[in-house]
Amino acid sequence: MSCWETIADYGLRSLGIGERLLPREGFTLCQQVTLIGSGMLWNIYFGICALVTGFGLATAVAMGKASNNRVLRKLSEWFIFIFRGSPLFIQFFFAYFLFLSLKQATGMFAAFSSAWAGALVVLFLNTAAYSGEIFYGALLSVPKGDIEAADAYGMSGWPRFRRIVWPTMLRLAWPAYTNEAIFLFHATTLVFFSGFPALQQKGDALYYASYFADKTFNPFIPYPILAGYFILLTLVIVGIFGLINRHLNRHLPQDARPKLRVRPNLLR
Amino acid sequence: MQWFACYLTTGKHMGFYVSFGTVLLLLAITAPTALAFGFAAAGAARSAIAPLRWIGKTYIAIVRGVPDIAFFLFFVIALDQAFEWMRHKVKCADWDQPIRQGNDFVVCAAAKLPLGNSPQWMHETYGFFLAVLTFSIVFGAFAGNVLFGAMRAVPHAQLETAAAYGMSRRQVFWRILVPQMWVFALPGLSNLWMVLIKATPLLFLLGVEDIVYWARELGGAKTPRFTDYPHDDWRMWYFLALLIFYLAFTRVSEVVLTRLMTRLTHGQATTGGEAQRKAAT
Repeated sequence: MSCWETIADYGLRSLGIGERLLPREGFTLCQQVTLIGSGMLWNIYFGICALVTGFGLATAVAMGKASNNRVLRKLSEWFIFIFRGSPLFIQFFFAYFLFLSLKQATGMFAAFSSAWAGALVVLFLNTAAYSGEIFYGALLSVPKGDIEAADAYGMSGWPRFRRIVWPTMLRLAWPAYTNEAIFLFHATTLVFFSGFPALQQKGDALYYASYFADKTFNPFIPYPILAGYFILLTLVIVGIFGLINRHLNRHLPQDARPKLRVRPNLLR
Repeated sequence: MQWFACYLTTGKHMGFYVSFGTVLLLLAITAPTALAFGFAAAGAARSAIAPLRWIGKTYIAIVRGVPDIAFFLFFVIALDQAFEWMRHKVKCADWDQPIRQGNDFVVCAAAKLPLGNSPQWMHETYGFFLAVLTFSIVFGAFAGNVLFGAMRAVPHAQLETAAAYGMSRRQVFWRILVPQMWVFALPGLSNLWMVLIKATPLLFLLGVEDIVYWARELGGAKTPRFTDYPHDDWRMWYFLALLIFYLAFTRVSEVVLTRLMTRLTHGQATTGGEAQRKAAT
């Protein structure tokens, strides 16, 4: 079987399209690269969806934590504390079993006991908490002069937030937010190891990598392939976020623009 | 109520409570080991000898960019096979068959780790040992990165002054650099400690019977046929308990580390130290 056939068979296997049976013996390098790459689709799906939805909630949480309203502030602080203070792995487990019992009780949450929706909810809340804390830190370092200037121009409330505070906050938070994004993509590998079932062996990249490692007793091939994919993904994220960073800082003089520095990514 | 108290004190629940000890033991062993690994790596990355510097820098750099859980899964098998391979080379020198036969990894019986006839607790201890080593290697790289940064943050003029006083490289390192770097390293290291706490549930993936294993085991629905204490699916509540355990643990660590930071910045020529001085006057 040539490599092209393998790609045709297994390229979209993680979505359930193509050959049903996973290879059982005589594993070729091509099969491993194709299947692990096919699993990356899930990592990208979880990462992008959680990032996009989490961004909105993160802004709201940051505003809540900085607000003068006691109830809103406490609520945001507790939200951030709960999701940042506990392991994502345990959050996945808890959410899965929570959705499972809700499903039995009401039947309304059927979709959430499968990975594509349930894990996405957890990742969404989790990244909202982490980025909320980052945005809050940036919100506190918005220069006083900017706000005073906005006041002097007669801006207040929503226009001041939208045109002065928010863009500056984003600009200041962007390097840290880039790391959070990389972090999030790495965290997506936990999904199929934490209760959420991989139905019909439709799993993510790490799921297939560990499948091959278990079958061949040889970790030296699948895991480096996985590592290669993730380094590639990280480079793409850094590239895209770098472009946005340039856009956010386009009004600043050339030498005052902060450079994106990628810090090490720790798991959560 | 009586029933519930009895339920929580069954023999299996004792295993569950002991596994909290396993987690704490892992933290107690891993933290200093990882710090030592990190210190060695940071020292190597600053070394004047090029190959040593390369090794240090590669070790620090390699853990970036790849999900850590992949490293955990990788190292457990890789270390196990490396140990068995080394023992195989030493103990069975006259073995002529290849070690990788198709999909199998075959070493002679004397090189098996632990030996096939050793008791159950040996197997468990060996599994735990592999997990600790894996955690130490991964977190050692993170700690190495933090310490490397901290070493660079020590004012360079001080090192030059020490050299001007006639200290050798070794003396400058041990007497000037190392004592001063800790205050710069502490924020990074305390963050790392938090991350390490939150990484402990991954023990489950390494095949150790830890709290996640027991929570899944005990919480699952039980029928009256097999046990005196039947119940529905309670796994949700068990994981809620774990969630609260971790929240409390990270909270306590946070408070302790903040206190430690306040104490260490006292009298330092940093922004934090300056703020303390201003507050005092």
